[in-house]
Amino acid sequence: MKPQTKAVDIDRSIGDFHYKVDYAKDAGRGLTEKTIHYISEVKEDPDWVREFRLRGLKTFLEKPLPTHWASKDLETIDFDKIRYYLAQGSGAKRTWEEVPEDIKRTFERLGIPEQERKFLAGVEAQFDSEAVYSNIKKAVGEQGVIFVGSTEGLKNHPEIFKKWFGKVIPIGDNKFSALNSAVFSGGSFIYVPPGVKVKHPLQAYFRINAESFGQFERTLIIADEGSEVTYMEGCTAPKFETATLHSAVVELVALKGAKIQYITVQNWSSNVFNLVTKRGLAHEDAEIKWIDCNIGSRLTMKYPGVVLKGRKSRGEVLSIALANNGQHQDTGAKMIHAADETTSNIISKSISIGTGRATYRGLVHVPKHLKNCKNNTECDALLINATSRTDTYPAITVRGTGNAVQHEASVSQVSSEQIFYMLQRGLTEAQAMSLSVNGFVNDLVRQFPMEYSVELKRLIELEMEGSVG
Amino acid sequence: MVSANRLPLTQMPSVTQEKNLSSSGILFGPIESDLPDWFREQQRAAWQKFESLPRPTRKDQPWRFSNVDLLDLKPFRIPGPLSEDDRKNILKYSTGLDQFAGRMIFANNQLVERSVISEDLKKRGVIFQPLERAMVEHADLFRKYFMSSEATLGSAKFAALHQAMVSNGTFLFVPRGVEIEQPIEIFHWLRNDNMSIFPHLLLVTDELAKVTVIEHFRSCDRKAPGFACGVNDLIAGPGAKITYVCVQEWSSKAVALQMNSTTVDHDGSAMSLNLNVGARYARFEGLSRLIGEGARSDMLAVSVATNEQEFDSRTLQDHISARTSSDLLYKNALDDKARCTFGGLIRVEPHAHFTDAYQKVRNLLLSDDSEANSMPGLEILADNVRCTHGATSGQINEDEMFYLRSRGIPVPVAQRLIVGGFLNEVIQRLDQPIMADHLNRLIDRKFAQSA
Repeated sequence: MKPQTKAVDIDRSIGDFHYKVDYAKDAGRGLTEKTIHYISEVKEDPDWVREFRLRGLKTFLEKPLPTHWASKDLETIDFDKIRYYLAQGSGAKRTWEEVPEDIKRTFERLGIPEQERKFLAGVEAQFDSEAVYSNIKKAVGEQGVIFVGSTEGLKNHPEIFKKWFGKVIPIGDNKFSALNSAVFSGGSFIYVPPGVKVKHPLQAYFRINAESFGQFERTLIIADEGSEVTYMEGCTAPKFETATLHSAVVELVALKGAKIQYITVQNWSSNVFNLVTKRGLAHEDAEIKWIDCNIGSRLTMKYPGVVLKGRKSRGEVLSIALANNGQHQDTGAKMIHAADETTSNIISKSISIGTGRATYRGLVHVPKHLKNCKNNTECDALLINATSRTDTYPAITVRGTGNAVQHEASVSQVSSEQIFYMLQRGLTEAQAMSLSVNGFVNDLVRQFPMEYSVELKRLIELEMEGSVG
Repeated sequence: MVSANRLPLTQMPSVTQEKNLSSSGILFGPIESDLPDWFREQQRAAWQKFESLPRPTRKDQPWRFSNVDLLDLKPFRIPGPLSEDDRKNILKYSTGLDQFAGRMIFANNQLVERSVISEDLKKRGVIFQPLERAMVEHADLFRKYFMSSEATLGSAKFAALHQAMVSNGTFLFVPRGVEIEQPIEIFHWLRNDNMSIFPHLLLVTDELAKVTVIEHFRSCDRKAPGFACGVNDLIAGPGAKITYVCVQEWSSKAVALQMNSTTVDHDGSAMSLNLNVGARYARFEGLSRLIGEGARSDMLAVSVATNEQEFDSRTLQDHISARTSSDLLYKNALDDKARCTFGGLIRVEPHAHFTDAYQKVRNLLLSDDSEANSMPGLEILADNVRCTHGATSGQINEDEMFYLRSRGIPVPVAQRLIVGGFLNEVIQRLDQPIMADHLNRLIDRKFAQSA
C-alpha cells in the first residue's frame, strides 16, 4: 500500500497577489433594491434591464438555498457582507496603453495581452465588476463578429441582445441565476454572423481583486446559421481571509448548423465560492461543446447543459475536476433532448487528493415521442489518498421507445502495480503518481486545444507534487 | 377470467368492525392488548413519530420522480376478523412452491395457517413462530433485532406507521451451523376493499447457518384497492448465507411500501430478489449493511410494469467494514404508461478499504408512453476501492426481432421471448432452478394478462 501523506497546496503564486485600488464606483455591502438602483444608475441601464434586475432580486430573495441536495457549505455565504459592484472607471479600453497602470500590471503578471499577440482573435479582461480591456483583431471585426462587454452589447446591439438574453437561463432557474440577473455586470457579448468561421479562439479573462467581493458576469454568445466560434475563459483571484463569491450566468445560442465550443479553465483561489449556471441552446444540426476544467475554488457548483432543441443537434460536455485539500468540486452536466435524432455525450473525470471531494451530478432527459436520441455518459473518479472522497449522482429519465441511453461510472485508485513498475524503472514516487494521473485524464485532455492541454498537464503535475511519498 | 390462485369475489362476506387508519386521536385500533407492555409502549412512540413526520413531497431527494399523491392513506381501514369462508378460500389459493420446510399464511394481518417445521429442525434449535409469540418467548432476540436499523431511504414516516400498527408476522431464527434445505414460505393476503396490512419478517441467522425464504404478497381480488406497509429485518450472522425472494403480486389498485433492511456480518452473504408484477404503486426500499470483513450482498430485482403501474425502488449498499462486496442488478420491462424509478447508492464509509461494489440498472422500454428514471449513485469516502455503476435504457433490438420473425414467430410471441430472456438473466443469478421456474411462470402469466 502506498504511504498516506498530506497533499500539498497547489502553486497558485501566479494569481495570488492583489493591489490596492481606489474604486470610483462602489455599491457597498449587502443587497437591497437600493443596490440594484445604484448599479442601474452607474451603468445607465435602459428601463427593461432595471426591471429585469428587480425581478431577479425578488426571485433571489424568495428562493431557498438548494441545501436539500447541495453542500451545506453554501450556508456559510453571508450575502449581507458581500460587495456587489465595484468599478474603477467606466468603459473598456481598446488599446492596452489606455488601461490604468495598476490594472495593467495585474494582467501583465497573468500574461495578457502576450497571449493575445500569440494566437487569440480577441480578448476581453474583466477586473472585479467591469471589463477594463476589450479588443478584437481587425480581420475578425471586419467579418462582422461582435465581441464586446455585456453592458455595451445590450446598449449597442439591443435587437440581437434582447432576443436571447435570459431566454436560455430564465431568472428563476435557480437561486444563483436569480442573483446574477439582479446584479450582473461585465461578461462578454458575442455575435457571429451567418457562415463566419472564427479561426482563432476568443478569450475572456476574469479577475477578482477586492476582498469579500462578488463577481457576477453575464455572457451571451450567439452563433448565427452555419457559423463557428471557440471561446475560452480563465479566472484567478488572490487568496483573502474571507470568502469571495463568483456567480456567473453563461448563455449560448447556436442557430441552425452553428458550432460553439466553450472552454473554461477555472483556477480560483481556494476561498472562492464558484456557483455558475451555464447552458446552451442548440438548434437544428447545431453543435455545442463545453470543455470544463475545475482546479481551483473552495466550492464549485457548475453543471453545463445543452438543450437540444433542433433535429440532429449535438451536445457534449467534457469535464475534468481536481479536488485538493479542503476543496469540493461539485460539477456535472445536463442534457435535455427536445427533438428527434439528437445526440449527447458526457465524459467526466475527477481526481480527489487529500481531503478533497469531487462530485458528479448529472441530468439526462429524453421526453416521449422522440426518435433516435442517444446519450452516452461516462464518469470516472480517481482517489489518491485515504481521506479523499468522490460521489456520483446522475438522474436519467427516458420515455418511449427508439432511444438509447447509457451511463457508466467507476471509481478506482492508482494501481500499486503501476507505481511499483515505474519505481523499478527509476522514477520517484511523485513522478510515477503524476504520470499515472496524467494517463488517467489523457484521452480527454487530448481533445482539448493544444495550449490548454499543455497548461492542464502542468497544473496536474503541480497538484500531484507531494501528494505521495 | 380469474387466474388459478385468485379468490372469486362473490364468496366473500363483508367484514364489520373496521376502523379508519388516519389519525383521529384514537391510538391504533384493534391491536390485541395481549401484546407485551414494552412493545405497546414502542408502538405508541412510533405512532407519535408517524404523526409528527411530514408527508413526503417530490422535492425531497429520496422521493424525486415518485408519484407521492398516490400515498393518500385516508381511504384505508384496519381490517376486522376474517370469516371462516375467507380462511378456507385463502388457504386453498395459497399455492406457491411444491415443497417447503415451513409455511405461514397471513391475511388482513391475521394468521390463517402455520405448518410447523420438522421435528429435526426444531430439535436443532430452529425457531419458526408468529411474531406475537416470539416477542414473548424470545424477547431478547426479538428486541435486539426488531427494526434495529433506521429507515433512512425516505420512508421513516411509513416505517413508524408500520411499527405502530404491526400486529403479526414471521419470526425465524436459524441457529449456528444449521442449514435448512427447503425454502420457508410466507404468504400475505389483502382481503376486501381498502384494507391496510403491515407484514413483517424478522429473520435472524447465527454463524454458518443457511436458509432460503420466499414471501408472496397477494390480493384476493385482483382489482381491489388496498394498502400494504411492510418491514423486513434480515440478519446474516458470521459466515451465514441467506436467500430472500419476494414475489409482489398485489392487486392492480393496491399501494404498497416495503422497507427491507439486511445486515451481513463477516464472511456472511445475503442474496435478495424482488419480483414486481402487481400493485398500482409499489415502492421498495432496500438497505444492505455490510458490517464485517468478507461480507457480501447481492441485490436483485425484476419488474414487469404495464398499464399505469409505478415501481419505485431505492437502495443503499452501505459498506461499513473493509473488504466487503456487493452487487446490484435491477431489470425493468415497461409497457403502456408504466413508470419505473430507480434510486440507488453505493456508499463506502471511511476506512472501508478494499470494497468491491457494483450496481447496474437496465430498462427495456416497450411503449412510447412508458418512462424510466434512473439515479444510480456513488459516495466513496475511502480509497483502494473498486466501485462501478451503470444504467441503460433502450428498446428491443431490431435485429433480434427480425431473426425471430424470419423464423415464423409472430411479433407478440417474439417480443415476449426477448423480454423473458432479458429478465431471466437476473433470475438465474439465484441458482435455484425450482424457484427460477416459479418466478418465470409468474412473468409469463403477467405477459399473458397484458396481452
